Amino acid sequence: MDLSYTAEQEAFRAEVRSFLANNLPKRLSEKVRLGKRLTKSEMEEWHALLNAQGWLAPNWPAAYGGAEWDAVQRQIFEEEACLAYAPRVVPFGLMMLAPVLLAFGSEEQKRHYLPRILSGEDWWCQGYSEPGAGSDLASLKTRAVREGDHYVVNGQKTWTTLGQHANWIFCLVRTGTEGKPQEGISFLLIDMATPGVTVRPITLIDGEAEVNEVFFDNVRVPVANLVGEENKGWTYAKYLLTHERTNIAGVGFSNAALATLKQVAASTMSGGKPLAQNPHFAARMAQVEIDLMAMRTTNLRVVSAAAKGQAPGAESSMLKIKGTQIRQELTSLLRRATGPDAMPFLPDYLEGGDNQTLDLPEHAPAAAPSYFNMRKLSIFGGSNEIQRGIITKAILEL
Amino acid sequence: MDFTPTEDRAMLKDMLRRVLTENTDHEKRRALLASGAPFDAALWAQLAELGILGALFPEDQGGFGGAGFDIALVFEELGRAGGIEPVLSSAILGGGLVAQLGRADQQALVAEVIAGETRLAFAHAEPGTRYDLADVSLALGPDMTLSGTKTHVLGGAEAQMLVVSVRESGAAGDTDGLSLILVPTDAPGLTVTRHVTVDGFSAATVTFDSVAVDEEARLGTAGTAYDVIEEVFARATLAVSAEALGAMESAKEMTITYLKERQQFGRAIGKFQALQHRMADVLIEVEQARSAVVNLAGHLDAPRALRERHVSATKNLIGRVGALVAEEAVQLHGGIGMTDEYALSHFVRRIVMIDHLFGDVDHHLERFIQLGLEAA
Repeated sequence: MDLSYTAEQEAFRAEVRSFLANNLPKRLSEKVRLGKRLTKSEMEEWHALLNAQGWLAPNWPAAYGGAEWDAVQRQIFEEEACLAYAPRVVPFGLMMLAPVLLAFGSEEQKRHYLPRILSGEDWWCQGYSEPGAGSDLASLKTRAVREGDHYVVNGQKTWTTLGQHANWIFCLVRTGTEGKPQEGISFLLIDMATPGVTVRPITLIDGEAEVNEVFFDNVRVPVANLVGEENKGWTYAKYLLTHERTNIAGVGFSNAALATLKQVAASTMSGGKPLAQNPHFAARMAQVEIDLMAMRTTNLRVVSAAAKGQAPGAESSMLKIKGTQIRQELTSLLRRATGPDAMPFLPDYLEGGDNQTLDLPEHAPAAAPSYFNMRKLSIFGGSNEIQRGIITKAILEL
Repeated sequence: MDFTPTEDRAMLKDMLRRVLTENTDHEKRRALLASGAPFDAALWAQLAELGILGALFPEDQGGFGGAGFDIALVFEELGRAGGIEPVLSSAILGGGLVAQLGRADQQALVAEVIAGETRLAFAHAEPGTRYDLADVSLALGPDMTLSGTKTHVLGGAEAQMLVVSVRESGAAGDTDGLSLILVPTDAPGLTVTRHVTVDGFSAATVTFDSVAVDEEARLGTAGTAYDVIEEVFARATLAVSAEALGAMESAKEMTITYLKERQQFGRAIGKFQALQHRMADVLIEVEQARSAVVNLAGHLDAPRALRERHVSATKNLIGRVGALVAEEAVQLHGGIGMTDEYALSHFVRRIVMIDHLFGDVDHHLERFIQLGLEAA
C-alpha cells in the first residue's frame, strides 16, 4: 500500500503541467472555464496542438502514432488538463473507434483511418442509439443489406454527439435477423458525404444543439468498410465497454468543478456573509467534497489495477454511477450558488460573446445550462440503471 | 502508487482471518455475552501470542508495525469477524497514549499491553461532553486528588490501569491545561461500574472520590496532553472506520447470499430488480468506504491539518455509508434481519454504534467544514 506517485509519475505530471502552461491558448481555456461552447475549429486547434506533442492518442500503440501511456499516466493527464481548463479531447475517433479498429480492423483499415484521425482530416461520430433503441441497444433496426460489393443502409440514428461536425460515422447496423438480437449486428464505417445521409440537429434542454439525428436513405457503403466479421459487431461494441473506460469516473472534471464551486461560494455574498459559510450550503458542498476524496481513491484503485494489465470489468460500472452522481451534484450546487443570476438565458454569450449589458458574474450564464446538460451523464453510455444491472450480473451474480 | 498489501501484511491478514474464523461465530458470541463474560479470554490470549497487538505499535515502541495500514488491516478483520475483544481500548487508546508520552519506566506497560498481560483503558469522556475532545472538567489540583466521573470508558472494567485525562489549568473546552494520569483500577476511592453496550462491548462508568495520585503517575509534561489525545483519537478513528468496513463486508456478503437463497413468489428474491439495484448501490458505497479507510490510513502520519481533514472526511463517509449498509441489509433480509439470533444483527448493531464513537456524521461534517475554513 502506497498512496504516493512514483518519481517517474511525478515527473510526468510536471511535464504535462509545463506543456499545458506553455501551449494551451488562454483563448480556449477561458472559454472552457466559463462553460462557453467551443467552435469546431477551436476543438481542432487543440487536437492539433496535442498531436504535435505526440499526446493526442494516449492509448494507441506507438507504431500508429500513439503515446502508449498506461492508465495512471492517462489519469494524471486528465487531472492536469481539467485543472488547466483544457478543452476535452473529442473522443469518438480517438477513444471509441480507434481501439475497435486496432483490435478487430484489417491492417488496411488501420493504416488508412488511424492517421487521418490524428491529422484531423476525419472527424468521426458515433451511430449507435436509435429512436427505438436506447438502453436496449441490441434492438436497433437500421438495416444494411448486401448488394454485390456494397451494403445498402436504411434507417435512423439519434443522439449523435457533434455529428454536425463529422464527415464519418461508425455505425452498428442490422445485417441478420436470425438468433438473438445481438447476433445480427455489424460494425460499419460510413462516409457522411454519401448520397442519402441527412443530419438534423436536436436542440436540447440547455438550448444547445450538441446532438443530432442521422438519417440513412438507401446509402451505399462499400463492403470494405465493414470492420471485422459480419454479424460480430455487438462483440466489438462491447469490447469498448470494458477496455477503454478508465476515465469514466470523470475525476478530473469533478476536481475542476469543485475548485470553481468553492471559489464561487467564497466570493458570493448571501445574507451578509460568504455563501461558503451558510451552514446548509457548506454541508452539501463538504459532503460532495468528501465523496470526491473517496472517489479519487476508488478510481485510482481501479486505474492502478488496469495499469498492471487487469482490464476493469464491472468496476467501470461502479465508477460510472458514483462519478456521475458527484458530477451532477457539483453542477447542481453551482447552479444554486449562482442564485437569481442563473436565470438569464444568454446563448450568444455561451457561443463566445460577452454579458456586459446584464452585469452578471462571469460564471453565471453557463450555470443553469451546464446543470441541464449534465443530466445526460446518468443517461448516456448505458444509463445508471443499466450499470446497476451489469453490477447485478457480473459482481453480485444474482 | 500501489494498492496491494505488502507480503508481510498479506500474511498477517491471512493468519488473523483464519484465527478469527476458527474462534468466533455468532452462537459463541451470544453464549459468551449471556454468561456475562466481557470477551473471549482464550481468543484474547491467542491474539496477543500471534502478535496482533504488537502489529499496532511501531518498532521503537516495542511493536513491529503501527502504520495506518497495519491498524486498518487488523481492525477490518476484527470487524469482519465481529470480535468484541478489547483491542481498541487497551492497545490503540490506552497503549497508544502511554507509548507516545510515557517515560522509560512507564513504557514497560506497553510491553505488557502487547503481551496481553495488562489491559489499559482510556477514561476521557465526562457526562454530557459528547464529542468535544477538550471538554474535560475532572480537575487535578495541588492536593493531587481526583473527584468526579468519567463515562463511556471502553474496556474500563477489564483494565488493570486507567489513563485518565484531567484538567490542571484553564476551563472545560480549553486545549491547554490537559494532562494524562495513570491510575490503577484498584486505587482507593475509585469505583468502576460496568455496563454492556448495545453492540455487545464492555464499557464502564468510573467515579473518583478523592483518589490520590502522585507526580510520578503523570504521562508527559503537565498541561500539554491535548495534541497527543487528538493524534491517538485519529488512530482510533481509523481503527473503528476499518472495523466498520469489515462489518459492512460481512453484512454485504450475508445479504447477497440471502438474496440468492430466499424464495418468494416462486423465485429467488435477488431476481427482483428493485432489490438488485439497491444491492448494487450498497456495493458501490462499500467501495467508497474502503477508499475512505485507505485515505485515512495513508495520511495518519501526515502533518496535523492534512491528517485531521482525512479523519473527519473518513469518519463522516463511514457513518453515512455504514447507516446505508446496515439499514439496507436489514431491509433486504426482511424479518429475519431483525432477529437477534441471526448473525447480521451483531454486524448491524456494531456498524451503527461505531457512528457514536469519536464523532458522528454530523460532528465530522461540521468539523470538515471548519478545518477547510481554517485552511483557506
